[in-house]
Parts: sequence; structure tokens; C-alpha cells
Amino acid sequence: MAVILRGSLVTLFKSLVGSRCPQLASRPLSVSAGLCSPETPPARADATFKVTMVPGDGVGPELMTAVKEVFKAGDVPVEFEEFHMSEVQNMASKEKLEQVLTSMKSNKVAIKGKIHTPMEFKGELASYEMRLRRKLDLFANVVHVNSLPGYSTRHNNLDLVIIREQTEGEYSSLEHESVTGVIECLKIITREKSRRIAKFAFDYATKKGRNKVTAVHKANIMKLGDGLFLQSCAEVAQLYPKIKYENIIIDNCCMQLVQNPYQFDVLVMPNLYGNIIDNLAAGLVGGAGVVPGESYSAEYAVFETGARHPFAQAVGRNIANPTAMLLSAANMLRHLNLEYHSQMVSDAVKRVIKQGKVRTRDLGGYCTTTDFVHAVVENLRHRPIC
Amino acid sequence: MTTRSVRALSGALKPLFSPRSPQGYVVAVCHQTHKSTYTAPPARYGGRHTVTLIPGDGIGPELAKHVCELFRFCCVPVDFEVVNVDSTETSEDDINNAIMAIRRNGVALKGNIETNHNLPPSYKSRNSLLRTTLDLYASVMHCQSLPGVRTQHRNIDIITIRENTEGEYSSLEHENVPGVVESLKIITRTKSLRIADYAFRTAREKGRRRVTAVHKANIMKLGDGLFLECCKEVASGYPEITFDSMIVDNTTMQLVSRPQQFDVMVMPNLYGNVVSNVCAGLVGGPGLVPGANYGENYAVFETGTRNTGKSIANRNTANPTAMLLASCLLLDHLKLHGYASMIRKAILSTITDSRVRSHRCYMQYVGGIQLLLLRPALYFDITLNMSSPLCSSCTLLIWEVRAPHLKWSSPSWMQSRALDLAHRGTRNQMTVRLYL
Repeated sequence: MAVILRGSLVTLFKSLVGSRCPQLASRPLSVSAGLCSPETPPARADATFKVTMVPGDGVGPELMTAVKEVFKAGDVPVEFEEFHMSEVQNMASKEKLEQVLTSMKSNKVAIKGKIHTPMEFKGELASYEMRLRRKLDLFANVVHVNSLPGYSTRHNNLDLVIIREQTEGEYSSLEHESVTGVIECLKIITREKSRRIAKFAFDYATKKGRNKVTAVHKANIMKLGDGLFLQSCAEVAQLYPKIKYENIIIDNCCMQLVQNPYQFDVLVMPNLYGNIIDNLAAGLVGGAGVVPGESYSAEYAVFETGARHPFAQAVGRNIANPTAMLLSAANMLRHLNLEYHSQMVSDAVKRVIKQGKVRTRDLGGYCTTTDFVHAVVENLRHRPIC
Repeated sequence: MTTRSVRALSGALKPLFSPRSPQGYVVAVCHQTHKSTYTAPPARYGGRHTVTLIPGDGIGPELAKHVCELFRFCCVPVDFEVVNVDSTETSEDDINNAIMAIRRNGVALKGNIETNHNLPPSYKSRNSLLRTTLDLYASVMHCQSLPGVRTQHRNIDIITIRENTEGEYSSLEHENVPGVVESLKIITRTKSLRIADYAFRTAREKGRRRVTAVHKANIMKLGDGLFLECCKEVASGYPEITFDSMIVDNTTMQLVSRPQQFDVMVMPNLYGNVVSNVCAGLVGGPGLVPGANYGENYAVFETGTRNTGKSIANRNTANPTAMLLASCLLLDHLKLHGYASMIRKAILSTITDSRVRSHRCYMQYVGGIQLLLLRPALYFDITLNMSSPLCSSCTLLIWEVRAPHLKWSSPSWMQSRALDLAHRGTRNQMTVRLYL
């Protein structure tokens, strides 16, 4: 439809113009010569964006239903391509992974629940979650910990960003038994990836107008590994003279976070520390149900909850808190340039929490997930003009 | 064990262990003295690019605003980091900040920064400082006749490639005896070879036939002679491209009398400045031609002729074509070819449409572009000049394309509809937000 219209519009113009002033130049109408191939804009229908959706395990599918409902009520021009992948339900395979990857290649953006990783070792060290992350090279995980107005915790008005490297470090999946009874588990730190995550942190701080970046490490014990990480951060910091750079040791950081979290602004750290700090900080403002998160590579962006838990004990009980996933979905809309809709969704969620009437169990209320979603839908102040 | 002792140990162990021994390898890698010239990868995450935007002086800020507006409308995945450079200040902090920002992001869009000639000679031109610090050695300008723009000559299609970092712009001037000033022009073999190679590479990539070197080797036998020699040397590696040379004074005459004979031109700094301005003038003036500066790691895009346009600043009459086309070059550089060609097509159609000429009122021009774009956008603002018939026809077209299911009855209906959305600006102008 749109293509036809566009075509007709162009011909309309051509006919309008053609009669009046004949074309002067004989060369084809291209100002930069031949550089740009006649490539079409990214594949998407007019006014809709396609997004890959991987609901994952536990309450993931319920949260995705919540997102879909809110999007539908808000007339958000996003279409989802759903892929169910799960290791515990035997729904994960190489083909499935390939499908997700192919879909991601064209969509570039995904929304994802947690794919549960069973503890026991079945011959594969790398989980599907990790494999997906590596295949897409999602090196940076961002968790923006922000207190929700209306829900008071021990620390209010918190606003800090945790940036975590998530492709190397302790998650290298390199473990072996060198001698019987002795296991070596390799933690890999490379200069390239350390610099990359440091630059990401500083770029993020620049973009969001933040003033300070703190590197979290344990270089007093791991002098070479974490030392390299720290050195890379310091090096990159020189490119950003307007942003303050500090570093702190991980154990101290944990203590400071629960004692006086206001001193931090943007935190950047290697993989495992990031995992711990993400969860710790999410706990400060209300738990896994309220903090959104996102992962980036150069090419792709994946939106998920900040603290990634499947929350399997809540499946089917209609008690999961969809706040985190909805806020994450709002961030996704912003990433897609849908500023207006993003604002609409996040405002609605925040308004429901601020009113305090509808609260799920984790925030001390008695309402169900469905109640919460209905309340959000009612608060979507979307008044289409026509 | 302190790091120093580790390093000492590694030094001591090196001769003992073979280079592949694991211990020696680990220690050596961790304490490798790395290069000080660390070039950061461009800021590109999740498919979105961050680009430095230096609005500059004069009409720069207006043009920058138009680019931002257009990018937002087209959903281009580019975020701008705006860095303002104050040209009235004598300290170099601002420009250093800007240079640092380009080092971080790799790519910039830039308006021209005013250079005050009355300040002491230690005050360097901010523009040239930026180019030399980032080593943006090639300034490329593609002058092409645009349909719909009436000029003296037709079918012009010239690419000028100018050495950007040495020559007369070396900033080396001194008075050795009172009343005698020496101004040094520097030509080096390395840089001449580099620019010549760039020119031939570009010619090959774009399928051009001929490269012309512009010089004044009859007078500056050694300096320009070296440049010419380097060009000849490089030319031998590109047998499919014809190479010739022309003296600069003759070149300018030929350009204004028979510009169609030129294809790709390569030249040192000052000649490049003059010749590219002549070329821009031939195809319609400073408002139409975009320019690009490329270095090894960085790229800065700006209008082709580097002037600030102070006299027409803030009057909403500046022609934004050059800056918009420069932003298309930027998108091409970021490999966002789809977006680039879409915007370029819209711009060209708008220029061709004789009804929309930018010297009248610029917002209509943006309106003109917008009505040719079909991008996912949920609403956009349009400033309507209610007295102009053009405006209502533009809006009509947008309306028909964007919301074909809605019947457009009359402008008065539109007006009444707009009133509850719009805020009145001046007497007969209003801004309307159209939700689609």
C-alpha cells in the first residue's frame, strides 16, 4: 500500500516537474557518485517495527503477554516474531538458535526473558543463554537502577547505572580437571574487550549526561587480570576529560552500595562482579521485578529484565511483577525512535506504582499480574487525535 | 609480588625461556608497552551511532537543527553529541574538546567556525586546527549540476580532492628582517603520495576515467615539482585511469570557460581551496555543495565551501541543501546507505520542484522533504504559514500519503482541528503536530 502510494507520489512529482523544467543534467540523479548501492532501507513495513521475542522460561511468557497487551492497548507500531527456546523443557536446539539468530539479523532488536540454565553438567559448558550472547556478541549489559516514586525502600531517589562486560571473564566456559580432584576454571581478561566495555561506559555516560564513571575490580588480588581491566579503563578515561573517573575494589563497592549508594553514578566492571552488583543494586530498589536491563553489541540490542531470574516457582500463579519487563519494553521503544510511545508506556507504569493502589505481592500488595496490567492499560494516556 | 618485580622477573626469564613458554608469554603480554596512539572504535551500540555535531557559527546552528529534525523524522539510528565551539574565546579548550569528541565518535558533522583575523598570530584557525590535529588529509568535494538549478554551464560533474594538512596552511610565518615576512609552504613526499593515492583510489572506486593534478611547478619547481612527481608515480599504478596535469592559473580559466572537460582533480592545499570554490560556484553556489574530510581514522562532513554565512544568520533564508547533502555523505560513511539514498532522493526532488525554493521560507522546504518521505513516524511538527498556498498543498499531500483513510475536506477544517493541538506563534504562523 505504502509503496504504491509512494510510487504514485513520486510520479506525481515527476509529472509536475517534468513538464515545467526539463532535466538539465544528463548523468543520473545521484550527488555522491555511485557510492551508495541501490539498497533498500531496513526491512520493515511502513510504520511498524519488527522485534524478535524470546520469552524464555519461568514467568517470561507471562511477562511477554503483559507487554503484548500493553502494546496493543497503546497502538504501539511494533510486531513481534516469537521464538520459544528453553533448555529445561527440551525446546532448545541448534536449529532453534539459528532461527533466533536469523530473525535478529534482520530485526536487530529483541526482547527476551531468561532462558533457565540447569545447574548439572550434561557435557556442554556453555548454556544457550551464553551461546546466544556470544553469537550476537552482546558484550555490554546495562542495568539502570532507579527508585520508583511511590514505592519507598531503605534508599530512595537512587539513580545509578551498572555496566557489565558479559562475554569474557569468569564466563569463558573454560574449565578442566588438570589432575584428579583439581579443577582449573579460567578467567579471561583481554585488553581489547576491556577497552571496548570501558569505552561503552564512557559513551553511555556522555550520552546520558552523567558525570562519573567508577571501575569496579579486584586488582589487589588478581594483579594481572583485573589489573589489565583497570589499566584499560584508565586509558579510555583520558578521552573523556569532562567525566570523572574513579575505581573501587569489589568488596568495598558492595559495602558502599548498601551503606551509601548515592556516591555512585555509572559503574563499569567485568563479568562476575557485574552479575553480583546487578542483583545487589536491584535489591536496593525493590527486587528483580522492577529493574529493567538491556544488552548491546555494536549491531544488536536485546532488552530484558535487570536481574535475570526465571522465577520458576511463580509460574502460572499470576503473581509476577511485570514492571521490569514493561519498563524494558519502553526502553526498547526509545531505541527504535518511538519516543512518544516509550514515554507513554513508562509513564503509565510509573503512575500505577505511584498511585500505590495496584501492587503485586513482591511490592507488598495483593494484586495479580493481570490486575497490574489492566491498571497500566487504563493509565495509558494515549489519545489518538483522529 | 609487585608489578615491578614481575616485570624484572620477566626480563630475567626471557632469555631462559623460549618465546612460546607460557609464563614468559603471559607476563610479556600484560606489560607490553602499548602504542600511545590508541584509536578508539567508533561509538556504535545496538546499531545506533553517536556522531559529534559541531554547529559552528553563522548559519551553522540553523542548518544543524534542520539535519536533526530530518534525522528524527526519518528514524535514522544516529544520535548527535553536540559540542559547541565558542569562536570569540582565545583559549583552545573548546576546540580541544571538540577534537576529543571526534576521537571518541570517529565521525562528525560540522558547521564552519568563524576565524577572527584581528587576533594575534598565535591564534590559529579553529577549522584548520581541527583538520591538522585529526590528520584529515583529504578534502573531497563533488560538484555536480543539479536539475532545476539554473547555471551558466550544464553537465558539470567534477570531484575535487585537496590536500588538507600541509602546503601554504603550515602556519609557519616569521619576519626575519623588519619589513620582510617569510611564509613557508611545505610540500612533503609522504603526504603528496598519500593524497595522490587517495585520489586515484577514489577515481577507481567511482569508475572515473581521468585524474588531473593542478600545480604551479613552472614557478615553484621544487615544491610543486615534488607534488607533480608523486602524482605521476602513483598514476603508473593505475593504468586504466588517464593522468594529466594543468597549471593552476590555466585551470581556473578552463573551469569557467569549459568545465565539462574535468573529471577528478587533485591538488595541494591552497589551489584546492580556490579551485573547489570555483567549482561550487559553477553549479549554483555555496548552499548546494557538500564537502567531506577524510583521514585514516576519522571523517568530518561539512558544507563544501567553508563559510559561515553570518550575514544571513537567523533569517531563515539559508539554503540547507549543502548541509543536508553532507549529512547524506555522513550516512553513507556509516554504511546506512538506505537512509542516505532516501534523504538524498527527497532533497533532489525538492530542489527540482520549482514550487519549493528555499529562499522563501525554510520550514516549507522541510515540509517539502517530509512529504516525499514515507518513514515510520507517529507524529511530526510542521509550521504552517497560513497565507501561503504552497503550505496548504504540502500539508494536503502529507495528509493524503500518511492518512489515506481520513478525508481531507478543507483547510478550515484543518485549522479548527489544529487549534486544539497547536500553539499560535506569530500572527499567521502556527505549529501543528500531526498524529498519524
